[in-house]
Amino acid sequence: MVVPVPVRMVGGVPVGVLVFVCHHGILSGDGDPAAASPRSTVDPALDALGPISHTGLMYGNDVIDPNEPLNAAETAVYDAAAAHDDQRDSRGGVGDEFDALIAADQRIEPRDAMPEKYRETLVRQIAQHAHSEIIGMQPEGNWISRAPSLRRKAILIAKVQDEAGHGLYLYSAAETLGVDRQELLDRLHDGRQKYSSIFNYPTLTWADCGAIGWLVDGAAIMNQVPLCRCSYGPYARAMIRVCKEESFHQRQGFEILWTLMRGTEAQQAMAQDAADRWWWPALAMFGPPDTGEATKGGHTEQSMAWGIKRFANDDLRQRFVDMMVPQAEKLGVVLPDPELRWNDERGHYDFGEIDWDEFWQVLRGDGPCNAERIAHRRRAHEEGAWVREAANAYAAKQAARTKESAA
Amino acid sequence: MSGATNPPRTDSHDPQAPAEVAHQERSWPLWEVFVRGKRGLSHVHVGSLHAPDATLALRNARDVYTRRQEGVSIWVVRADDVTASSPAEKDSFFDPAADKVYRHPSFYDVPEDVEYL
Amino acid sequence: MSDNATRQEALPGAAENHAGDHKPYAAYLLGLADDAMVYAQRLSEWMTNAPQIEEDMALGNIALDLLGQARALYPYVGSIDGTGRGEDDYAMQRDEREWRNVHLVEQERGDFADEMARLLWFSARQVELHTALAGSADDVLAGVAGKALKEVRYHLDHASLWVVRLGDGTDESHRRMQAALERVLPYLAELFDDDEASVLAAGLGVGVLPSSLHDAVVARAGRVVDEATLTLPNDSPWRSRGGRDGVHSRPMGYLLAEMQHIARSHPGATW
Repeated sequence: MVVPVPVRMVGGVPVGVLVFVCHHGILSGDGDPAAASPRSTVDPALDALGPISHTGLMYGNDVIDPNEPLNAAETAVYDAAAAHDDQRDSRGGVGDEFDALIAADQRIEPRDAMPEKYRETLVRQIAQHAHSEIIGMQPEGNWISRAPSLRRKAILIAKVQDEAGHGLYLYSAAETLGVDRQELLDRLHDGRQKYSSIFNYPTLTWADCGAIGWLVDGAAIMNQVPLCRCSYGPYARAMIRVCKEESFHQRQGFEILWTLMRGTEAQQAMAQDAADRWWWPALAMFGPPDTGEATKGGHTEQSMAWGIKRFANDDLRQRFVDMMVPQAEKLGVVLPDPELRWNDERGHYDFGEIDWDEFWQVLRGDGPCNAERIAHRRRAHEEGAWVREAANAYAAKQAARTKESAA
Repeated sequence: MSGATNPPRTDSHDPQAPAEVAHQERSWPLWEVFVRGKRGLSHVHVGSLHAPDATLALRNARDVYTRRQEGVSIWVVRADDVTASSPAEKDSFFDPAADKVYRHPSFYDVPEDVEYL
Repeated sequence: MSDNATRQEALPGAAENHAGDHKPYAAYLLGLADDAMVYAQRLSEWMTNAPQIEEDMALGNIALDLLGQARALYPYVGSIDGTGRGEDDYAMQRDEREWRNVHLVEQERGDFADEMARLLWFSARQVELHTALAGSADDVLAGVAGKALKEVRYHLDHASLWVVRLGDGTDESHRRMQAALERVLPYLAELFDDDEASVLAAGLGVGVLPSSLHDAVVARAGRVVDEATLTLPNDSPWRSRGGRDGVHSRPMGYLLAEMQHIARSHPGATW
């Protein structure tokens, strides 16, 4: 009864990796209690995640422009397919088993039956996340050639390399859902799929490399850690690997700013300027408000039911603010929000209104670097086409030669 | 019969995809990567990557999956060459093992004072 | 002299404290370090620009290896040339005339075939060089070379795989790879020039005469070029010279301007 069907099985993690992560409390929640905010009452489950301030970069937030059809999942073609899918479900096959697995908090694996919309949501979210890693190489890659010391240069190369690696892990996970990486890259290149808007802001000074590590990677952490428990196995496993590897990213960002704030006046001004420019976009990374009224019947609710998303955007954002304010004080940078203050009653920091008009504007393509980022990515891909073709041609020739010599 | 549970390709539902994204360029094939973490352990599946041939797949696996000394040995296997059991057959494949409790040592009653048993 | 010098990770060479221990072959070591440093700078430009994401990572790894080799050598040079300089003093504070790298590594990034041609020749030279230097009379240099040898063997392997695939791939890739071999040719002779510092170091049993590596390097590269169905060009109307004396080609000044400008804009600052 063995079925010779090509199978995609991706994102397995060696036992040693799981052990490592568990020891750091990402999965087991038994980490260093000092690292978790004792004040947070946003969602007790968040605190149970343990110390997350030293894990890394992740853009798994699934941000959707409400004015656009998202993708195939909101078109007539999809509806037809979904209707077909629903029929299949109601005939008593795939739906029951999927629901039972989700209800039991079991992982869904690549060849399991799953609702088409679950698959679509995952493809979009994982691809968006992978694209963010790949596009996210550019703002810092921009500084490799100018890093002010050899130590910083080595760190930056290694970090940008990690981002490439994380993009690859995530494309792998997406491919288990039946899409080809080439297809996903095409969707990125022609703008049909998004990446995190944060990378549409420029890196103007060396301090921006610090701010990206500290604020952007720090914000990404808030999304990333819960996704280690995502219901889709390959995505969860990719995230565990990413978590494990990125433990140095935020720390190196903090260290850059720490050094600058203890340096010359010009260096301090550089660090403050970077914090001024990156704070608000970092807060916006969590996506639009989705608690209270905003969550009803919406995208967040469905993703939560499926175990694709574990916490609401607003809860994650609040926890991020609570985590970063003491760090900013330690650094000596002033966060650019006059309304930022501790609220004893809520047990959280209050903060000002995010400029959502700017967020949507950048998401829709009118940010400082949108065109540049995609043009850069497309150019690299197009200039490499002849190389990829050559490798294919050589592989075909070799296969033919092997066949010939065997005959 | 396995086809029923196989994921349909996502782009088959994407109205924009098929016509516009006809590549002249063929994608590099996909390879599954297995890494032996250290001596004494089995190779474990860690993920996948694209490469034009086995030699480059092995090199790419080294750069992508063992940057932090995660391995002492790597296997790469063409994803197309993996034959897998089907979820549809899960019950008939794996459930029959559930009632064979006599395969496990704890099934047997022996006097408590017998050593080395 | 530099705060950064106190913040280095443990690197072979850097770990040893030879301050004040003057040795006459610092200039030779500086040439080795500068070759690795400048090529690391050029290779790292491929990150975000490679033909495939996997290749971004591979070229990044090679750049990191070379950067590590340079960082292992600079503090040691500082300890034997009497200046006590650290790695960033060498990398960030020297002017063009003080750099001792060959012209090959400072050339601007071309297409992927150009890079693989350069990497093939450079790595073939490095493999022969470090094989010889692993037996150097200078223990620190021998240690650095022993570690570097493993790395540059992999670099040579990487370049070889690609040269073969591009040469024996499509018509276009064959044409591009052959053209790249021709473009790199004028920069090869300089790799084997016996400059003053090399002669001195070789005489002390510390270094190796570049000319003595020539045949083995050409044999290595030649085998790859043959397998790639390409032709080794051997006739160039001109050749580069002078890198070891601080006489560089046009791209070098721009490379340094970019690499050094942040560090130099903030004299005395720590990063």
